[in-house]
Amino acid sequence: MDSVRSDLRQAGMQSFVALKILIAGGFGAGKTTMVGAVSEIQPLRTEEYLTEAGRGVDNPDGVERKTTTTVAIDFGRITFDDRMALYLFGTPGQDRFWFFWDDIAQGALGAVVIADTRRLEDCFPAVDYFERREMPFVVAVNCFDGSRRYRIDQVSAALDLDPGTPVVLCDARDRTSAKQVLITLVERVRQEKRQASAAVSR
Amino acid sequence: MSSERWFGDDSGPMVRLYALTRGRARPNGEFLDVIALIGASTLPEHDLTLSPEQAAILDLCRTTVFSVAEIASRVNLPLNVLRVLLADLAEDGHIRVTHPTLPGRLPDDQILREVLDGLRAL
Repeated sequence: MDSVRSDLRQAGMQSFVALKILIAGGFGAGKTTMVGAVSEIQPLRTEEYLTEAGRGVDNPDGVERKTTTTVAIDFGRITFDDRMALYLFGTPGQDRFWFFWDDIAQGALGAVVIADTRRLEDCFPAVDYFERREMPFVVAVNCFDGSRRYRIDQVSAALDLDPGTPVVLCDARDRTSAKQVLITLVERVRQEKRQASAAVSR
Repeated sequence: MSSERWFGDDSGPMVRLYALTRGRARPNGEFLDVIALIGASTLPEHDLTLSPEQAAILDLCRTTVFSVAEIASRVNLPLNVLRVLLADLAEDGHIRVTHPTLPGRLPDDQILREVLDGLRAL
């Protein structure tokens, strides 16, 4: 059935756990492709209309251009055992919508930053964002046909990642590959959580 | 020329979005996460004062529970507009909202293990 669970209301919504993971990266890096590869539903699109002035949509051309901007977010869902849903949100590619990311990032489990080695610099803003927020993330290098192959340590150095941030090669179109990226992320989240609790008890 | 005329979706919404929210850009009440789950507790036919959009939301969530993001997509409303409408529906007792359970910064290890098991079984 194409909904979270029809008998959820009988089971009591309290016992249902909803989690979210962000899929970030530059324009055309493969965010929606990865969401679609693992989602049990066709990726859905939702929009937010932004009309406010001075919230990152500044346009020096003049106030007459200060109109409505639409930010689109594609997302998918994976449901486990009828009692847990994992939502995957592809973040808007344009990094001027940071404030909008905050809206989705709040409470997220972690993030996947998809890197396209043809335009590695496109994912710098996403890496910065998650490092600043101290949100666990992994970098998934999407291996496009014809793109130059780099070693993982080269990508890690080029992005100046903190030691311990996982970098994995992936094919965003492939379900098994996308699944493996998510597994790497959740393992990273567990590891960070263990380190955090060890630091507290020390 | 056709490029100078707007037809269909190009012309934008027939009803301006702020009209749906009676001019409000921010919802009343608490922040609604995109993965908060919404279930209808009343039926749209029982309240004729509901707007068509609110009735559509209740109709969608009549028998199943949907996340805020899914509702936005299915009733084709921007998230910020939907949040205003949902806050009103919650205030009037038409819907039940389950906020995502996010204890602390990270969920407990049991939940993470279940996510891993679920992903591996895909």
